[in-house]
Amino acid sequence: MTAPGSSGAPRIRQPRKLGAGRRTEIPPKSLHNLPPGQAAKEMVHVSATPVLALRGVSKRFGAVQALTDVELEVHAGEVVALVGDNGAGKSTLVKTIAGVHPIDEGVIEWDGKSVSISRPHDAQNLGIATVYQDLALCDNIDVVGNLFLGRELTRRGVLDEVEMERRSRELLTTLSIRIPSVRIPIASLSGGQRQTVAIARSMLGAPKLVILDEPTAALGVEQTAQVLDLVERLRERGHAVILISHNMADVKAVADKVAVLRLGRNNGVFDVRTTSQEEIISAITGATDNAVTRRAARSTGEVSK
Amino acid sequence: MSIDKTSAAAQDEHAVENPEAAAAAVTAVDPRLLVREQGLAGYLGEFKRKMKAGELGSLPVVLGLLIICVVFQSLNSNFLSAQNISDITVTMVGTGMISVGIVFVLLLGEIDLSVGSISGAASALAAVLAVNQGWPEWAAILVAVGAGVAIGALHGFFFAVLGAPAFAVTLAGLLFWLGFMLKVLGENGTINLDSDGLIGKLTTYFFADVAAAYGLAAVVVGVFFVSSFLGNRRREAVGVPSRPLSDTLLRTGLLAVVSFAAAFMYNQYKGLPLATVVFLAFLIATDFVLRRTAYGRKIFALGGSVEASRRAGINVTAVRISVFAISGGFAAIGGLFLASKIASANQSAGTGDLLMNAIAAAVIGGTSLFGGRGRTWNALLGVLVIVSIQYGLQLESIAEPVKYMITAAVLLTTVVIDSITRKTQKTAGRA
Ligand SMILES: Nc1ncnc2c1ncn2[C@@H]1O[C@H](COP(=O)(O)OP(=O)(O)OP(=O)(O)O)[C@@H](O)[C@H]1O
Ligand SMILES: [Mg+2]
Repeated sequence: MTAPGSSGAPRIRQPRKLGAGRRTEIPPKSLHNLPPGQAAKEMVHVSATPVLALRGVSKRFGAVQALTDVELEVHAGEVVALVGDNGAGKSTLVKTIAGVHPIDEGVIEWDGKSVSISRPHDAQNLGIATVYQDLALCDNIDVVGNLFLGRELTRRGVLDEVEMERRSRELLTTLSIRIPSVRIPIASLSGGQRQTVAIARSMLGAPKLVILDEPTAALGVEQTAQVLDLVERLRERGHAVILISHNMADVKAVADKVAVLRLGRNNGVFDVRTTSQEEIISAITGATDNAVTRRAARSTGEVSK
Repeated sequence: MSIDKTSAAAQDEHAVENPEAAAAAVTAVDPRLLVREQGLAGYLGEFKRKMKAGELGSLPVVLGLLIICVVFQSLNSNFLSAQNISDITVTMVGTGMISVGIVFVLLLGEIDLSVGSISGAASALAAVLAVNQGWPEWAAILVAVGAGVAIGALHGFFFAVLGAPAFAVTLAGLLFWLGFMLKVLGENGTINLDSDGLIGKLTTYFFADVAAAYGLAAVVVGVFFVSSFLGNRRREAVGVPSRPLSDTLLRTGLLAVVSFAAAFMYNQYKGLPLATVVFLAFLIATDFVLRRTAYGRKIFALGGSVEASRRAGINVTAVRISVFAISGGFAAIGGLFLASKIASANQSAGTGDLLMNAIAAAVIGGTSLFGGRGRTWNALLGVLVIVSIQYGLQLESIAEPVKYMITAAVLLTTVVIDSITRKTQKTAGRA
């Protein structure tokens, strides 16, 4: 939420008290530049308390300090793109939120309340659904089984295969996902088909926050467009979305905010509409660290005054 | 987009909220989608696809069994006699039970080398309690099986919690429980069981009434048909693809032929063996647990990908410990059947080729060594192959060395098939 150089605690919290956390990132003048439709959408997304907020999160793997003092806020109805170079710590951040790797330091706030996420189950119970970069599907189990893995439907203690299959078909149809059969093992699907199954999996069970770690990396043109559509539909329905991608075009197309990670630290949060691709890229690479910082500091400064 | 678990009206909701997507999926049918044709063409099509994808299942072992029957029957016409088949199916139960536990462990992609020793230790324990201590036999049986479960859970603890390789933990178990058995048996080394007692009867009791075997066959076939039929009706009602009735009838017919042939054959000799009934009951129960319950699904998930299972919220440690406990429990049950067959607990119980046969049976039956693929019925098929070879060679008075070599060849063939299957599946998957 905060750009480097303006990370004082009062400044982070102040906008939330005003009840307009979502808008603080946008310099007022830019709102006037938006087409009317988008400006209206803007109002819908405003929510006082972020669904998820990370405060000073750190994570260490042995000698590797993967995350240092990371801050992040995601509101309902908002798509936050998380970008950064390879090894920047994006996937690690996702896994801390999902409970795969519990955090070492810092606080995770859910709906404004501090929570502890130490197991994947904790995250699931909160309503966090995750599509991992390394997919996490079971090759030997069929599509239906994978969609419902860990939350199987039962009927008198027995797996309710019929109902699970019905809901799987329904879900895949709604998402326009095409696979040869819902009853073949994941092993016999193509990489892109697996990806779509993994995404569909995250949509089951009404999540409040969906995290997608490079969901389009393995996808063809049409499937990529479908996933981006999907992300937009999630936002329209008021879900919070964290989208990780190396593809700036995708990010520009669907994200509201871009949070940049660099070497495990925050390197600025930008509004997509007012920031050029070059500025984001330089924040990612660190090539023009100072210019980015200055600009970010300037725009946040304007708002808080 | 979300499908909430309670909403039965979810379909309408999506249809309304998302008409274009739903319409697109209906109109644009990918020509490569697997739409199964009806009737014989459908079977052949699906069969071909499975072969290509490397899903051989139990096909090799069934073919193998047929070959064994043909070869040994042509060598000696007594091979397929009622008495010989009855003997084979009673003898195989001890090893078969142990093999059922092995299937569970193999599904995780792990191995349990201690099952032979656990089976010996359990039989020794039961014999000491029942014969030396004068306990009622049912109590001795319960304690022995409970001990097997506890020992397995202990091995599981070392593996799942402390992270020691299952191979090493159970190798230690193999030695330790062998020592334990020898200590329990004491000086004499052999404790004779009352052959009219509960343990003795496990392999000597036959339901002589012809109605028993036919009745069981009828019940099995009937339950199979009714559950398939009702399952299909429910699928139709919900609008999920279901098998055509002809398909259900064909399967029921096949099962009926096998069941009634077996019943007829048993009735030619002493009747329906108790051991076979118990074995079948355990096979049906374990198959149900593995394929129809959430717990069983967790075992398969762990065999597929431990990391994916963990992220799906599965308690990996608990499932692992429970699987080793199951393996220990079945080892103990198998040990009791083996002791019953020789009406004693002695120092050689659980040693020799028992362990290898139990593992080989699971693998020969079609359970993958790589985890995540297999059924407990594999144990039945595999142990049938192994014990049939033993009996066939015995009829021909061919000596032990050859038996070992032939069993080895069968095992190697199966493992090669398993490995090739895995490779084809991988290439088919990543293509
Ligand atoms: N399980 C782990 N054990 C040890 N180190 C890890 C582990 N996971 C990640 N790391 C380290 O943490 C750092 C961040 O990795 P991460 O996977 O989060 O990067 P990323 O931003 O997702 O990169 P990419 O764009 O390539 O996916 C890397 O230096 C990596 O080596
Ligand atoms: Mg990553």
